[in-house]
Amino acid sequence: MAYQSLFPRDVFAELDRLQRGLQQAFDISPSIRGLSWGGFPAINVGSTPRSVELYAFAPGVDPASLDVQVEKGVLTVAGERKADALPDKATMHVDERFAGRFRRVVTLPDDVDANGVEARYRDGVLHISVPRREDAQPRRIAIQ
Amino acid sequence: MNDQSTPVARQAATAQAPAEPALLPPTDVIEDAGGITLLADLPGVSKERLHVNVEADTLTVEGEIALPTPEGMEGTHVEVTRPRYRRAFTLSKELDAAKVSAEFANGVLKLRIPKAEHAQPKRIEVKIA
Repeated sequence: MAYQSLFPRDVFAELDRLQRGLQQAFDISPSIRGLSWGGFPAINVGSTPRSVELYAFAPGVDPASLDVQVEKGVLTVAGERKADALPDKATMHVDERFAGRFRRVVTLPDDVDANGVEARYRDGVLHISVPRREDAQPRRIAIQ
Repeated sequence: MNDQSTPVARQAATAQAPAEPALLPPTDVIEDAGGITLLADLPGVSKERLHVNVEADTLTVEGEIALPTPEGMEGTHVEVTRPRYRRAFTLSKELDAAKVSAEFANGVLKLRIPKAEHAQPKRIEVKIA
């Protein structure tokens, strides 16, 4: 995300911000779909033996505009965040928040059940839960 | 910060310089004739975990992320690397810190900081002598 501050006295905060940005950039693991860091919405993915959990950080989005699709093992999150209209004679001092259409794509593991996908939007986070198939569950084999 | 520090020491440390690393929420600052509107993205923060403080001329926004995670979940791809947000702003003198109003919905915080009465724009009538 490109941060730009128009406060002239904010040089140190700007340096701090840059440092944090760099730190965050190096903390993440590389993805096959290229530079995923910095996109909107930011996505965290977690997995358990029973499901794959996806968290898309998309605050201020009308839930009706969100589109979640699973096709051929690829999950797509798309939507739009509309920019608020600027009031009359107003000045934008800092403009960092994302506005516009967005789309992010995540490859799912092979063992998921695309029919059981659940999506919830709460506190600005879209939580998508993708269950793994029953026959892919780890099983304990009884020894005769 | 040392992990073995007592809660009191920890508190004192946070009061001086926030040591726990936090994410910087993306923010918009819009100024119009009546005051300043600040919008900040804090996804994953519930109303109870959001703190907006004004102390002297510093406005601090802090929030903790709480997500419903199933037991035993392991992160496989992490872009939001920290569980909290923090950002501070220095208010200028003409702003009325006592009248800050806040709205918080869907992870977006909207703060309205009006200008003090004496700083409101006044149109000066020019009289013809």
